[in-house]
Amino acid sequence: MTELLLILVGAIFVNNFVLSRFLGICPFLGVSKKVETALGMGMAVTFVMTIAAVVTWFIQYFILIPFGIEYLQTIAFILVIASLVQLVEMVVQKTSPVLYQALGIFLPLITTNCAVLGLAVLNIQKEYSFLESVIFALGAALGFTLAMVLFAGLRERIDLSPVPASFRGTAIALITAGLLSLAFMGFAGLVKG
Amino acid sequence: MIEAVLSIGGIGLLAAVTLGVAARKFAVEVDPRELALLETLSGANCGACGYPGCSAYAKAVAEGKAEPSLCTPGGQSTLEKIAHIMGVAAVGAAPQVAVVLCQGDNLRAAAKYRYLGVVDCVAAQRIADGPKICPGGCLGLGTCARVCPFGAIEMTSEGLAVISREKCTGCRKCVGACPRQVIAMTPLDATVHVLCNSHDKGAAVRKYCQVGCIACMICKKTVPEAYVIEDFLAKVVYEHYQESGAAVEKCPTKCIRDFVDGYPEGSRFAPPVVPVKRQEAV
Ligand code: SF4
Ligand code: SF4
Repeated sequence: MTELLLILVGAIFVNNFVLSRFLGICPFLGVSKKVETALGMGMAVTFVMTIAAVVTWFIQYFILIPFGIEYLQTIAFILVIASLVQLVEMVVQKTSPVLYQALGIFLPLITTNCAVLGLAVLNIQKEYSFLESVIFALGAALGFTLAMVLFAGLRERIDLSPVPASFRGTAIALITAGLLSLAFMGFAGLVKG
Repeated sequence: MIEAVLSIGGIGLLAAVTLGVAARKFAVEVDPRELALLETLSGANCGACGYPGCSAYAKAVAEGKAEPSLCTPGGQSTLEKIAHIMGVAAVGAAPQVAVVLCQGDNLRAAAKYRYLGVVDCVAAQRIADGPKICPGGCLGLGTCARVCPFGAIEMTSEGLAVISREKCTGCRKCVGACPRQVIAMTPLDATVHVLCNSHDKGAAVRKYCQVGCIACMICKKTVPEAYVIEDFLAKVVYEHYQESGAAVEKCPTKCIRDFVDGYPEGSRFAPPVVPVKRQEAV
């Protein structure tokens, strides 16, 4: 139990996917202008990451390892994640048009989100059990959402502040992201990642 | 080698079949007109139509919820194509002008607290719903004036946004920028408006604003067809704007205003717009 809790907390704060591992930076910078959209993206990623962790775990231990073809891991995982996102998109579009509207372009964007592939690969590297994989995925996704929402909140404020002309736009956003990342470094040592 | 081909091929095949089945099972029908419309529109996603983007507007038109003439950047040719797809006549909408539905500047509307933050209405609105007691009144920090690409909005010295009817092109940028939804699009011909945006009851309005609508119904009694009163706020029925002028003098709080008489005090914009004679009250 403690083990699982440690994995969860570690993934959210200490080894935050965005701010410490620098995975999934493009959605982090791209869809964080508003807290609402950031939250939407976070939700979508949480959903996909958790399912992806489950499926890739099975692929690894029931197909890749038994056949001795671990070297094909990247291709196999990408294949599965991409199809998974497609499937999720179709199901959401049919079953909940409202949610589909809210998530909009973010759903297909997740296909190319390196955080999802990163998570699947890390799960295998760390030799997590099935349950641990799922918990790790949940933590990673929550950490991703947390980073997105915090950053979006900061950017909403920056929009209203008198930023010097040469820093406006992406420049100040990148500096802010760097500072936020530094702040998260403060969690190092809380849990051994 | 053979295992590799088989297993990866197998996964791929499985994924393909699943997706294929799912695509059938979960197919969502899209109005073909919507797709055609989307191709016609400029794809600029500028928001001039009042929708978040071209696809939202295409959807609204296809469903018959929006006029075909709202895509300003597309101009006449786009309008004709849209009208063709929808099978309607290509008539442009009546020209519209933005109006700030409020006269409660810092002299006439009471403040809730003293705001010393960033000079921006969106920022001010985030702090306890804005520094004015009135929940709908103009905050006067000029967010709309800054987004107007045509310099059609000025702030009076007492903190009220005023829109020039000559300079406004009806682009709606200000409507989206105002955090209090004080700005409304109205037909250019209609010069009489109820300049109030508070849905509070009359007694409450009286306490915080000298020029707010108190829903006394006098305008409606004077010209019944030209006014409606919803949620304690009077509104001009713009189909009957010609008659609406008769109530201007009757309004006890002077919140009905005819722009023919010029812009609100403190504004630098030129006084009379169109010198027409207002109908007398009957
Ligand atoms: S109309 Fe809206 S945006 Fe313009 S000054 Fe008033 S509150 Fe601000
Ligand atoms: S922003 Fe557009 S609609 Fe608003 S006043 Fe300026 S020109 Fe008119």
